[in-house]
Amino acid sequence: MNRILKKQVLAPGIKLFNVENKDIAEKVLPGQFVVIRAYEQGERIPLTVADVDKNKKFITLIFQEVGQSTFYFGSLKEGDEISDVAGPLGKPSEIECFGTCVCIGGGIGIAPVYPVIKALKNKGNKVISIIGARTEELLILEKEVKQFSDELYITTDDASYGKEGRVSNELSRLIKEGMKIDRVIAIGPGIMMKTIAEITEPCKIKTIVSLNPIMVDGTGMCGACRVEVGGETKFACVDGPEFDAHLVNFDLLMKRQRMYTIEEKESLGSLEKNKKLFKSK
Amino acid sequence: MAKPILKKVPISEQCPEERIKNFNEVPYGYVPGEAMKEAKRCLQCKNAPCITGCPVEIDIPGFIKAIGDGNFNDSIKILKEKTVLPAVCGRVCPQEEQCEKVCTLAKIGEPVAIGRLERFSSEWEAQQKTTDIPKTPKSTGKRVAVVGSGPAGLTIAGDLAMLGHNVVIFEALHQPGGVLIYGIPEFRLPKAIVEREIEYIKKLGVQIITSFVVGKTKTIEELLKEFDAIFVAAGAGLPWFMNIPGENYNGIYSANEYLTRANLMKAYLFPEWDTPIIKGKRVAIIGGGNVAMDSARTALRLGAEHSMIIYRRSENEMPARLEEIIHAKEEGIEFHFLTLPVQYYADYLGWVNNMECIKMELGEPDSSGRRQPISIKDSNFKIPVDVVIVAIGNSPNPLITTTTPGIEISKKGTIKINEKTGETSKPRVYAGGDVATGAATVILAMGTARIAAKSIHNLLQNK
Ligand SMILES: Cc1cc2nc3c(=O)[nH]c(=O)nc-3n(C[C@H](O)[C@H](O)[C@H](O)COP(=O)(O)OP(=O)(O)OC[C@H]3O[C@@H](n4cnc5c(N)ncnc54)[C@H](O)[C@@H]3O)c2cc1C
Ligand SMILES: Cc1cc2nc3c(=O)[nH]c(=O)nc-3n(C[C@H](O)[C@H](O)[C@H](O)COP(=O)(O)OP(=O)(O)OC[C@H]3O[C@@H](n4cnc5c(N)ncnc54)[C@H](O)[C@@H]3O)c2cc1C
Ligand code: FES
Repeated sequence: MNRILKKQVLAPGIKLFNVENKDIAEKVLPGQFVVIRAYEQGERIPLTVADVDKNKKFITLIFQEVGQSTFYFGSLKEGDEISDVAGPLGKPSEIECFGTCVCIGGGIGIAPVYPVIKALKNKGNKVISIIGARTEELLILEKEVKQFSDELYITTDDASYGKEGRVSNELSRLIKEGMKIDRVIAIGPGIMMKTIAEITEPCKIKTIVSLNPIMVDGTGMCGACRVEVGGETKFACVDGPEFDAHLVNFDLLMKRQRMYTIEEKESLGSLEKNKKLFKSK
Repeated sequence: MAKPILKKVPISEQCPEERIKNFNEVPYGYVPGEAMKEAKRCLQCKNAPCITGCPVEIDIPGFIKAIGDGNFNDSIKILKEKTVLPAVCGRVCPQEEQCEKVCTLAKIGEPVAIGRLERFSSEWEAQQKTTDIPKTPKSTGKRVAVVGSGPAGLTIAGDLAMLGHNVVIFEALHQPGGVLIYGIPEFRLPKAIVEREIEYIKKLGVQIITSFVVGKTKTIEELLKEFDAIFVAAGAGLPWFMNIPGENYNGIYSANEYLTRANLMKAYLFPEWDTPIIKGKRVAIIGGGNVAMDSARTALRLGAEHSMIIYRRSENEMPARLEEIIHAKEEGIEFHFLTLPVQYYADYLGWVNNMECIKMELGEPDSSGRRQPISIKDSNFKIPVDVVIVAIGNSPNPLITTTTPGIEISKKGTIKINEKTGETSKPRVYAGGDVATGAATVILAMGTARIAAKSIHNLLQNK
């Protein structure tokens, strides 16, 4: 169980693992995530299940190396076993025939939006995808997303590929051009999701975002993942992670995400530990 | 008969100044001489009121007599007839509310130190190189799934394994033990002890599958297809908040999160271990139970200059174990009684920096029999804080009940059971521990598991 069947580097610092886990592969639906722990001293990290193989034997995880735990996770090799993988967690995405859906993925957010794109397309929606990254080499899953999209727009901040600018600009353009949009699904950094919510709210386009607060257990027992939606406190791991974008308090989300900035630096800077860890591999 | 000795043999402990700098256990425990001396204080009453005071009816005079006679092996055997977790119960049971409360000696002096003696026996056993693993009978071929590996789950698993059934425990977290592992801190219940008890249960043939979230990975309905019966012992893991303004600011934790980070994820060893925790200088803990005491004493050990218990009633109503309150006071925890937080304030980055409170007074007794706190008008005042830990209670996590059609729950979210059998409203599904009783105690969780073990055994025999 939890053996890494395949490891692939998708972009600098972004890795894909196919992880053997039949129980989760049989159960997981688009929008759900798992919590993994790579080794004994590691944190519990939530990662969206980006794909499932058709024989329901393994799940695909795509993650960006941003801190101590994800760096270590990324150092695992094909054939290694991950100590713990729990899931599938969270509520699945609402997948119905809505009409025209615009699916937006920013940065590593392309990985979690991909299974939603696939499911919406298979359900008969017209799917317009907008994906973007800081620069061309960080753009992931273009081919996969294209396969399930009626239209695909790409942006990069530095104009190295696709249109220059942000994914939100493309959404504004589509709206301005008069496209009738029934639903927007946006996953990415907090600031991106906030901007998109501000664009769609005046046009009354139903918009769904997937929130990524700091989590511990992922099963509703700690409240680390508290978010405010419509003025009420929700636990993102069990009540979400998807919520109505027009009701989310994004400023609170972004502040809470920065709760451990100092400790995260200290953890990465703990060179002694890292030497030990990576050598033992 | 010799004159009764009115005082307990004192137990040596780490001194407060030292222990607040480490996570090692506070009391050292009796040495054999001390234990035998304390055991001899026991009057060996014919009517043994202590046994009726014990929720699992341990033969208390029996095991104490064995200690007094120096037959330590017998004493642990007598204990294990009724409890699979003596090392745990000896440390965390509220003895002053149970066995020791009704001890005959308590009428004229201090009761026999039953808890310390129970702990002594378990300690003595651990020091012996070999633990007796009882022979389990031939397998009945019946399969029982247990959901959750806290005291209730471990107890029933042990009992049913001893009756020859195949037991699989499914645990949501990556480590078994429930509150004993993630909640109660190392300085009160060393994790090595819990792990030892779990190893013992595994040796009885019980299989434990971790990182398996029942209701998500598989539902109760699905498990019913693979198992003859199910015992739900998922605890009361959903933390309550007060829903007052500012409660989501940075630095405000549920006690569950704070203690899980500190204990299960070993944040006190950060950065050796990866999981961080905010080490506040002025830490306020809201609540007055064991959970609040554990949080307050953990905060102190993480370097707090002020660790403050904020409790809305008075000292008399505090539900924490007596020993915890005494230890907390010795360590310099500050107590603010008759005080209730009403709002939090934060800096521009969203970090809590002040807590507004209101003063309370006690009115008539409420449904719990305790005098009800009533707020005093215009008594608001502020306390500067940088970490707040909300420890006002927990209820069962709805993850299981919302995915199990046909299982009845109470208004409080607990699973309804027949107290005499542990049966739920759903055939072949039983429940016990905090998920059925609401947040209670280790020993009560064990007691309810015992009852369910008997009725599950009956069900399986007649099938
Ligand atoms: C439901 C959900 C799904 C996610 N899916 C993906 C995914 O598919 N791919 C991906 O690359 N990332 C995903 N993330 C984010 C990922 O969990 C974090 O990047 C990871 O935990 C960072 O850990 P670290 O120790 O390497 O970094 P750290 O140095 O600890 O932190 C770096 C950043 O990650 C955030 N973070 C830290 N710890 C956690 C935690 N326990 N939970 C959530 N965020 C944390 C911090 O706010 C910080 O901004 C998801 C998060 C959530 C909540
Ligand atoms: C901080 C703290 C201090 C305490 N101090 C004391 C004390 O001093 N003395 C005392 O007697 N009592 C004390 N208690 C209370 C005592 O710990 C509990 O009453 C007791 O642990 C309840 O046992 P249980 O087996 O019912 O549940 P738990 O110990 O809560 O165990 C339940 C287990 O089920 C797992 N679980 C939950 N949902 C699922 C799911 N869907 N699928 C799989 N697994 C699941 C949980 O992860 C957990 O491991 C304390 C509690 C806390 C929190
Ligand atoms: S992550 Fe602990 S409750 Fe959501």
